[in-house]
Formats: sequence, structure tokens, C-alpha cells
Amino acid sequence: MTKKQIDPLERVAAEMKKCVKCGACRAHCPAFSTFQREPATARGKVALAQHLCKGDITLDDGTYSAMSKCLLCGSCVEKCPNQVPTDEIVIAAREALAQRRGLTTFHKAVGQVIKNRKVMNFGALAAAVLGPLFFRKVPATSGLRLRFPMPFLGGSRHIPQIAKKPFMKRHPEVIQGEPGKPRIVFFVGCMTNFVYTEIGEATLALFRHLGCTVIIPKGQQCCGLPGMSGGDLDTVRELAEMNLAAMEAHEADYVMTACATCGGALHKLYPLVVGKRNPELKQRLQALADKTVDAAVLLQKLGLAPEETGAGAGMRITYHDPCHHRTAGITKQPRALLNKTPGLELVEMEGADRCCGLGGTFNVYHYESSLDINASKSAAIIATGADAVVTGCPGCIMQLSDGLKQAGDKTKVLHTVELLARKMRR
Amino acid sequence: MLDARILQQLTEIVGSENIAATPQDLICYGYDATQMEFLPDCVVHPDGSEEVSRILKLANQEGFPVFPRGAGSGFTGGALPKGGGVVLVTTRMNRILRIDTDNLVAEVEPGVVTETFQMAVEKLGLFYPPDPASLKFSTLGGNVAECAGGPRAVKYGVTKDFVMGLEVVLPTGEVIRTGGETVKGVVGYDLTKLICGSEGTLGVITKIIFKLLPYPDAKKTMLTVFDSIDGAARAVSTIIKNKIIPTTLEFMDHATLTCVERRFNLGLPDSGRAVLLIEVDGDRELIEKQAGQIHKLIEPLGLVQFRVAKDAAESEELWRVRRLVSPSLRDVNPDKFNEDIVVPRSKVPDVIRRIEVIQKRYDIPIVNFGHAGDGNIHVNIMIDKRVPGELEKAHEAIKEVFQAALDLGGTMSGEHGVGLAKQPYIPMELSADQVAAMKAIKAALDPKNILNPGKMLPV
Ligand SMILES: Cc1cc2nc3c(=O)[nH]c(=O)nc-3n(C[C@H](O)[C@H](O)[C@H](O)COP(=O)(O)OP(=O)(O)OC[C@H]3O[C@@H](n4cnc5c(N)ncnc54)[C@H](O)[C@@H]3O)c2cc1C
Ligand code: SF4
Ligand code: SF4
Repeated sequence: MTKKQIDPLERVAAEMKKCVKCGACRAHCPAFSTFQREPATARGKVALAQHLCKGDITLDDGTYSAMSKCLLCGSCVEKCPNQVPTDEIVIAAREALAQRRGLTTFHKAVGQVIKNRKVMNFGALAAAVLGPLFFRKVPATSGLRLRFPMPFLGGSRHIPQIAKKPFMKRHPEVIQGEPGKPRIVFFVGCMTNFVYTEIGEATLALFRHLGCTVIIPKGQQCCGLPGMSGGDLDTVRELAEMNLAAMEAHEADYVMTACATCGGALHKLYPLVVGKRNPELKQRLQALADKTVDAAVLLQKLGLAPEETGAGAGMRITYHDPCHHRTAGITKQPRALLNKTPGLELVEMEGADRCCGLGGTFNVYHYESSLDINASKSAAIIATGADAVVTGCPGCIMQLSDGLKQAGDKTKVLHTVELLARKMRR
Repeated sequence: MLDARILQQLTEIVGSENIAATPQDLICYGYDATQMEFLPDCVVHPDGSEEVSRILKLANQEGFPVFPRGAGSGFTGGALPKGGGVVLVTTRMNRILRIDTDNLVAEVEPGVVTETFQMAVEKLGLFYPPDPASLKFSTLGGNVAECAGGPRAVKYGVTKDFVMGLEVVLPTGEVIRTGGETVKGVVGYDLTKLICGSEGTLGVITKIIFKLLPYPDAKKTMLTVFDSIDGAARAVSTIIKNKIIPTTLEFMDHATLTCVERRFNLGLPDSGRAVLLIEVDGDRELIEKQAGQIHKLIEPLGLVQFRVAKDAAESEELWRVRRLVSPSLRDVNPDKFNEDIVVPRSKVPDVIRRIEVIQKRYDIPIVNFGHAGDGNIHVNIMIDKRVPGELEKAHEAIKEVFQAALDLGGTMSGEHGVGLAKQPYIPMELSADQVAAMKAIKAALDPKNILNPGKMLPV
């Protein structure tokens, strides 16, 4: 192995030593819960990464496969008595793998597509026109599927409808609010832009209701998380810089996102993946991270009164915590908003904090396992008897909808902002 | 090394999905919580006694060693394949076979996770008390094999006190049942007790029959802080002398408190030198009374704080102090030796004093906490392995700690077992004749020494 390939792992060498192989992560790792084999646990991945550094094993298919069995959900990190950052260790191992073997065809395609929104627009458009039919006619093994920009295709999965017109195409770059009110940069994210445009519309409606100026920078790109899942950190770095430039171009009080995954990228991943060798960039990314805030958190902070948005109307709901929210400490705020909404009854499901099983591109490689993790989630949701499950991440929304549909259940899946803006004019 | 023919035969027994020999699998079944590492030649995941039996018969025929493994959370290396061989993992045998609410017994497979079982019986208003700190991930098979204990042992006892019967595959492959589900039974030797705590050297446990209790009505948690270690230790014996048996009497010494406080700022009083976490359970009225009695009894012993939890949430808050111990120890030094000596309850203050002397003599931090209610103290010797000479010092100190426990009528290990880690010290506790008797049992059951060889008894 060359120096460069070991590099990403060297970055986390000290962290790996903290793992005492106690096994506590077996209780919390969703990947282990489905695979039931030790290499899928956090400590297994840490042990493999340690052996990689020693050169005892190589970055071959076996290691690749073990490292792919991680949802990067962060449960192990939260519960580990020694705070071993297994998610960061897996990211480093995947980067080392990508440097050595090159990216897989799939991840290469992901990288190319997410780096260029123009390709994405084209793909999204084609998909919207052809709809799910398009996929039924293309065999699962066809490379054509990889051209489709969304990294979430699998056998029997229910593919969400692609929007006819992306969210960002529908709105000007700056939507002027009242003078003296906060100026907010909206980081939209691919899922909202191309698939769940109603989340974008709802977010917009709520912040306009508060009189804020909302800026939707045209130059913004994919956050890069799908690239990270495959170890394509170069793409992540490139996207980080492009997004940074797009956000910095506007004077604003906050950078806001309604996607937990995008939030995780801006908030944690960007400063992490840019090395000390580039202190100036790292500092700017840290400043961006500090400014980044989740939509629900910001709505609460700015004093949204849910009774004024008319969201109410007798409904029983349950709330799912997206991993990227949970690990960022965002659990109370969305619930507080929902609890304040007249007529809404919030019932907690068992294991609201457990991963839904999406895990970036995990569910592309391990669709069956991802469904298995999702199945217990669906069961917990159904057991609450709620009319809708509410969450703060479009990725989770897609996964939860898929799981509930597979279970033959009709519970609605909504984003917090969608629920809050239900009765508002768009 | 196993040749291709043996691998083929093992594959036929467990199916190709359930055998693994890639370098990745070998690495991931070569460690446990001791952080020692020995790579096996292959890993099998059998389901049921028949497959286990066939594997052991093959092993006898071909002469390869087999190492039973549960969750690999052991503290003494019991599941590690030293010298290579086949690791036999129980993960797939994870069914709770039945919970009999008429007779208060349950039958389970060995791979069931301790907490999963506890929750299942609690849903029916029943209680399985053994609660090792590893209960969220350890397996019941591993618990039986190590005779695991936990904070509730003061009142309820340890794993073996709840095992009524077993299905065991002997090292030579015969499947036997031991014990049963009757409250009484004296026909033949008590093989159930023999297998409990045998660390996977006398047979592979494939089914367990547990005794259950009714779930206690209520519990009450108290956090008590003393101005001296002696006060805390005397509190333990005073409570028990007055015929109150709490569920739990967890103890933390000053060094432990300093660690926890430094990292988590819990606001424990400065004058505190030791903490006892006390829990009583049972009838609601009775425990109210007991809590009051306990307070009165320990008041004169240098008590500087007495907190009672009003509800489950507050109880959890008090337990937090104890749970934070392990994560905060690392601040003292990066490496730790976690020993678990036991002395008669009344000797707890003496043993702590002797450990203080050892600590001064070797000049290495020793942090003590644990289950004072049953005299089981976790002695954590904290070193930095990178510093030359520290490791040797630690080994010497451990020896002296064991000697202290033995001098006071105690034992080297209350619950973690011997495995590989404590093997060298065995002659300090067991006489040559005792060891010979144990070796005779092992040789009778495992003439070819294929099941977990090289563990527990000195070689
Ligand atoms: C953080 C932490 C806290 C802990 N706290 C406690 C505690 O409070 N109390 C306590 O007693 N222990 C404690 N332990 C130690 C450990 O969890 C226990 O010894 C536990 O019983 C081991 O279970 P396991 O499934 O991990 O077994 P393993 O470690 O896999 O195996 C342990 C031994 O059991 C044998 N074995 C496993 N399954 C079988 C079977 N089916 N048939 C025959 N032999 C078998 C193995 O060969 C080995 O010798 C703790 C460990 C950790 C890491
Ligand atoms: S990652 Fe953490 S929880 Fe898992 S074995 Fe290592 S130290 Fe224990
Ligand atoms: S990040 Fe999630 S899936 Fe990955 S090792 Fe940790 S708990 Fe398991």
C-alpha cells in the first residue's frame, strides 16, 4: 500500500486505539442487528481498520464488503463507553479503499452525477417523464440504472415520484422578506429539490410567514453525502468548496436546511474532511458549519407559533429521529414545535431513535438488510396507531414510506415542516 | 491449520452461509474484552445441539480444538482461540423457547442476549435478576459459562442460582440433559452446577432452563456519600447486621469519585470520600420503611449526603453516577487491568486499606469500585503500557492484590473467571490436589482435550 492510501487511516489511528473491544456496540449497531456477524459491529470494523494499518490484511473485496456494512448512523459512537468514532474510522477506511481500488462503477456514477446539477436536472426530468415505468423496463443489472442520479435504486422498492420541475427552478434566488427580519440562506438538498419539493415549499411558506428573507443560492450543489458513503471524499471536498462559495456569496444570518443529512454534511463532515494542510479553507468551512441550522430548530428559535399556521386538526402522530439529527442533539426542538400545535397528539414509538436503515448508499448494496432494519421501524410506527409519522429528513421519509408500503400500511409520512405548514398558502 | 477436507465437512454440517474463514472473519472472532488477540482457522455458526454434536465428533476424530463463543465480552479471554482452531459461535441459537408462567421457569437457547430475555419475562410480570453490566450485549450462554453476577447479587445471587437445568453437548459429542425444572432433585451428581462457571471447557451449553421470580412491586434508590471509606464500608455491614438485605450495595472509592467528578461534574460534596449506591426492592410499604431504617442506621457513620430518588427518572439519575465510572477511568491512564476480587463482606475495609498500601508501594493509580454488598470489589490498576516498566509493575501489584484477598479469606475472581488472564495466578488460590481433581474431571470428559483447551486450569 502506498503512503497515500494509508493516509486517511493514519488520520484516525489514535482514535482506533481507544476501542477496548468490550462489545457494547453489539447492542446498538443496526448493521449488526441485521447481519448478526461480528465484522458488521463497530468493534469489528475498528479491528479491521487496525489490521489494515498494520498491513495484515489488504484493501481487498473482503475488507470492502465489511466496511460497506455500516450505515454511518453514529449509534455506536453515542453509546460507546470510550467514545470511539467508528463512523469516522469507516469513512477513512472507505476513502483508503477508494484510493486503492478506484471507485466502483456505481459510486463513480454517483460522484459524476452529484457533482453536476445539470446532469441531475436532465436525469430528473427524464425520470419524471418516464416515471417508474422507466425502471420496470430496465433490468436491475443494467448500467442504465446507474445513470439515474439518485443513488437509491433497488429491486422491489417503491421509488418516489420525481418532481416535474425541481424546486429551485420554481423560485427566484432571493425572496425578499420584511426589513429587520433575519436573512436566511436555504440549503435545499437533492431530495427536496428533485423529489420532495413540497418540503421546500413548506419551508419557504413558514419562513416567509415569519417575515424572513429567504435566499436560495443558485450555485448550490449536492451536499456530497452519497459520495462519502462510497469513499469518494475527493468529490465531497470539491462539493464542499462549491457549496461554500455559493453560501458565502450572500449576506445572511443563518444557513438553514430542512434535510438532516445535508445538515450533517455542512455541520460535521465538511470541516472533518478538509485537512490541516488547508487551514484557511478549514476555517471558512467551520464558520459555515457554525452558521448551519436545522429548519425546525430555527423555527423554534425564531418563535414560530404553530397555532397561527393552522396546522392542527385532530391528528395522532409519532416522531422518528433521523440519525443525523440525533447525533447533532436535535431531538427536543421538533417535538416541542409539534407539541405546541393544537389538536396534534404526539405518541412516542418504541425506538424512535433507531436508524431507519437507509444509511447513504448502504441500502443500495444491502437492500435486503436495509429493509430488515426498516421492518422493525415500520412495526414500531404501526404499533402507535398514529395517522402519520413525522421526521426531519427527506432520506428517512423515502425509507419510511418504502417500509410502510412494503408492510401494506397506510400511515402517512411527513416532514415536520410539511405538517406545520399544512394549512398555509404556498 | 485445518485442511480443505475438514473445512468441507464442517461446511456440510453448518451450511456454507454459516462457516467463514476469510482473514476478515478470523480477525473479528479473534478478540474479546481482554484486548488479547488470537486468530482462529475458521469460524462456525451452528444452530442446535445436533450440529454442535457433529462438529465436536469431527473434532475428536480429526483432532482440532473448538472454542465456544457467545458475544465475546469476556474479561479473561475464555472465548479466544489460542493456538488456532475452530471458533464455535452461538449467535444463531437465540430463541427464547418458552416462558412458563405457571411454574415460573423459562427455557432459552444460549445465544439469547441477557437483556432481551429480561425484557421478555418482565413483560409477563416476571423477573430474571442476574444483571452483569454487560447485559445489553452478553449472551446467557456466556453468563452461565462464566457464572456472571451483577449489582443485584447481594439479594438475589448470581447466574448459577437461577439455572435449573441445561442441555449440554459434551466435548466428545454426546448430548445430555442436566437438572430439570423441578424445584428439588437429587438423583446423580449435580452436573448443572459443574457446568456453570466451567468457562466452556466441559461442554457446549445448547439450552438453559432458568428459574424466574415475580417482578418486585417497587424499588427505591438511594445515593449516600460518606466522609471516609471506613464509614461506607461499615455502613455495608451495619445494614446487613440489622437484617436488611438490599438489592444492591454498590461502592465507589475516592479515586473513582474524583474521576467521575472531573469528567462529568455531578456536584458530589467535596468532603465525600466514598459513595454507596443502595437499592431496596419489594413491597411498596416495606421498602419505604427500609429506606427510613437505612438512613437512621448509617447517619452516624460520617454520612455527608443522602439522596433518595422520588421516581424512576431520579433513580436513573442516581445510577448515572455508577454508570459513568467506566468511561471516566481512561482519564487516569490509558490502560487498565480490571480485577474482581471478593472478600467476606466484613473484610471490605481491610482489603481496601491493603490495596492503598500496594498502590503507594508501586506508585500506580488503583481505582476501586464494585459490589460491596457481596464483598466483590473491582480493582482497576491503571497504567500506561507505553511507559517502560509499568506493565511489570502492574503484574506485581495484581499478584499482591490477589494475595490480600486470599489472606482475608477471599478469592481472586467473583465473576470474570480465569480464562487465560488469571491462569498464571491459579496456584496462589488452589492447592495442587484441587487442581489435580479438576484436571481429572476435564480429562474424563474431554480425553483428547479438544474443547477450549489451555483455558482455566494451569497447563
Ligand atoms: C463492559 C463490560 C462489563 C461487564 N460486566 C460484568 C459484570 O458486571 N458481571 C460479570 O459477571 N461479568 C461482566 N462482564 C464480563 C462478561 O460480560 C461476562 O463474563 C459474560 O458472561 C460473557 O458473556 P459472553 O456471551 O460475552 O461470553 P464470551 O465472552 O463469548 O465467552 C465467555 C466464556 O464462556 C464460554 N461460552 C460462551 N458461550 C458458551 C456456551 N454456549 N457453552 C459453553 N461455553 C460458552 C466461552 O468459551 C468463554 O470461556 C463485563 C464485560 C464487559 C465488557
Ligand atoms: S467501539 Fe466502543 S463500544 Fe464498541 S467495542 Fe470498541 S470501545 Fe466497546
Ligand atoms: S455507524 Fe451505525 S452502522 Fe456503522 S458501526 Fe456504528 S452503529 Fe453500526
